[in-house]
Amino acid sequence: MNNPQQLRYSKEHEWLSAAEEGVSAIGITEHAANALGDVVFVQLPAVGDTVTAGETCGELESTKSVSDLYSPVDGEVTEINEDVVSDPSLVNTAPFEGGWLFKVKVSGEPDDLLTADEYTAFTG
Amino acid sequence: MTEAPRRTALDATHRALGATMTDFAGWDMPLRYGSERDEHVAVRTRAGLFDLSHMGEITVTGSGAADLLDFALVGNIGGVAVGRARYTMICDAEGGILDDLIVYRLGETEYMVVANASNAQVVLDALTERADGFAAEVRDDRDAYALLAVQGPESPGILKGLTDADLDGLKYYAGLPGTVAGVPALIARTGYTGEDGFELFVRPSDAVALWEALTAAGKDAGLVPCGLSCRDTLRLEAGMPLYGHELTTGTTPFDAGLGRVVKFEKTTNDGDFVGRAALEAARDRAETQPPRKLVGLIAEGRRVPRAGYPVVGPDGAVIGEVTSGAPSPTLGKPVAMAYVDAAHAAPGTAGVAVDIRGTHEPYEVVALPFYKRQK
Repeated sequence: MNNPQQLRYSKEHEWLSAAEEGVSAIGITEHAANALGDVVFVQLPAVGDTVTAGETCGELESTKSVSDLYSPVDGEVTEINEDVVSDPSLVNTAPFEGGWLFKVKVSGEPDDLLTADEYTAFTG
Repeated sequence: MTEAPRRTALDATHRALGATMTDFAGWDMPLRYGSERDEHVAVRTRAGLFDLSHMGEITVTGSGAADLLDFALVGNIGGVAVGRARYTMICDAEGGILDDLIVYRLGETEYMVVANASNAQVVLDALTERADGFAAEVRDDRDAYALLAVQGPESPGILKGLTDADLDGLKYYAGLPGTVAGVPALIARTGYTGEDGFELFVRPSDAVALWEALTAAGKDAGLVPCGLSCRDTLRLEAGMPLYGHELTTGTTPFDAGLGRVVKFEKTTNDGDFVGRAALEAARDRAETQPPRKLVGLIAEGRRVPRAGYPVVGPDGAVIGEVTSGAPSPTLGKPVAMAYVDAAHAAPGTAGVAVDIRGTHEPYEVVALPFYKRQK
């Protein structure tokens, strides 16, 4: 599996993009999407919500199961991906691109986020 | 006690295809090869190929085979014609369901009983114990067969190119011995998908050759390998019960709305069978005090009900429980089977919801099945 180098990763299988003007996009990794199977419903935090690193902020439903969505960082939600709300299969087909979930104005991040290589080793 | 999961004769084939595997009833089985939704749609519109070698085959032979099965099972097995099959159940003395089964009559004095993998040992033990006093032999044939299924509207065309067997003459719930792709097989027109299709019982040593021949023959028709995940959503849409979900030892066939499988009149003996008295009581109870009924639920929203979630009425009180739930690829909405109090079980009953992790999501009560194929 090819985990993009420019992203950082949580052990709960979320990815975090490099901040642009303090705002990062967040999604779930291809590894996580494959483990879930076909995602059929995403419940995301609302714009303006405060999220906390390591705490649940939504859920992902697939054919076989439901999984909590964790935020990899602290911050305030600035945008959610309406495309993925209307077409959750984007999480499976483009987990690192069109399947991004929400954007956060980052106010704090834990010190255990992983690099792409570290995440690849973690899921190996 | 944890044992390494068993692997079917097709294990290497599944891994070469990149299957996601799962432990199912002690077997390492393919859950899906790619998208389970695509696999589901392939079976509904074209064809799918399944490895079902985890199913448990038990052969019953002898001059008393029909008598034994009429005594041990709830169906009228002596009345099944040679070459035909019957959906039936095995119950305990209290009428509780030990398993649901398909019984094939292979000959005048030979039957094959196919049990769920999770219950195969229970069924084998019960049949062996109940055979005492009957002129019948119960044989564990779990290792004697691999089972491949070809399901979907294109399946007859795919199979026709590989066999001389009279498929047109092979009715639903019939089975005949034949040859498929040069491999000796019991060819059965059965399945668990709600589509036309075939189940092929073959020697494990022939399984890979048959899988490859079916894959090649089905290529142009759009046949794809299919895992257990789509098998579950296919049977759910078709309203077919799954042991451990809709059927349990705490449930009688009458509680499950399947009282029709219980035959109090049997061909071969005086009608005595294990569980008879309890099942007569269950039948009478179902008429006078309707138990919870098995119904279909269709979501108005998009959150998916799962087994065990409470069903609630207009006032928020619990009126039932979900036994199976999944997003339905055919309907494009989440669906569920649930046992619901009789007062709320009529199709169209207003105000029914499923408690999905604390939120009451509205659901429409419908009659099963969710999907019925056009014939």
